[in-house]
Amino acid sequence: MDNYMKLEIAAKGENESFARSAVAAFALPLSPSLNEISDIKTAVSEAVTNCVVHAYKKGDEDRKIVIECRIFDGELHIEITDYGCGIEDVEKAQAPFYTTLSGEERSGMGFTIMQTFMDGFSLKSARGKGTSVTMFKRIGAGDERERVNA
Amino acid sequence: MQIRTNFQNNVLYIELCGELDEHNAAKARREADNIADAYVGSERVVLDLREVSFMDSTGIGFLIGRYKKFRQMGATTYLANPSFTTDKILTMSGVYALMPKI
Repeated sequence: MDNYMKLEIAAKGENESFARSAVAAFALPLSPSLNEISDIKTAVSEAVTNCVVHAYKKGDEDRKIVIECRIFDGELHIEITDYGCGIEDVEKAQAPFYTTLSGEERSGMGFTIMQTFMDGFSLKSARGKGTSVTMFKRIGAGDERERVNA
Repeated sequence: MQIRTNFQNNVLYIELCGELDEHNAAKARREADNIADAYVGSERVVLDLREVSFMDSTGIGFLIGRYKKFRQMGATTYLANPSFTTDKILTMSGVYALMPKI
């Protein structure tokens, strides 16, 4: 493994920007293009938003999100885990436009964006135990002129 | 997220500036709706995304919510100046079918 980091944060909206920026910064040694950085930040934001909005209920005390990143063979691997309520129907949750909070202007596009913006995606969830999203992106397939130097 | 307003020739321009994510959406929603209420009677609304530096699927929900609000007011909504990444999200989610890009 070329590099590794683990980040544990409170599942709060104000940590979303920090989480996506931290993962983007960790990926910089791979010299990603600006588009690749944007894809990573968006996918991380979707996963963290799900933890903040869906995983924990009001009154839950231990609201935490664990983000682990690994770099190897030019790929960035990200695992984002919560210890909240879990997803009742994992297949249904991944359908485009599906949301359990339709009254709150939710688009239901979070998992679709993660799947589209990353090169690999998987979702594991257990009722009452939590949810884990793993995804990876191959860095370097884009335009060389746009590379962000580490 | 900051919002600027400009009203010209019966067109309401709403310029969104900053990051449009879950954390910022609630405030942006309140402000945009207050602006909408202040300009009832506008025929067209242009949501200018030039200075949106980040947007995720929460932004899609936000934009569709504003589309519905403006439609109730009888106004047509357009989207202007999305960044490359914002454009990618808006295209894949089909938002331009509701709010054309100008």
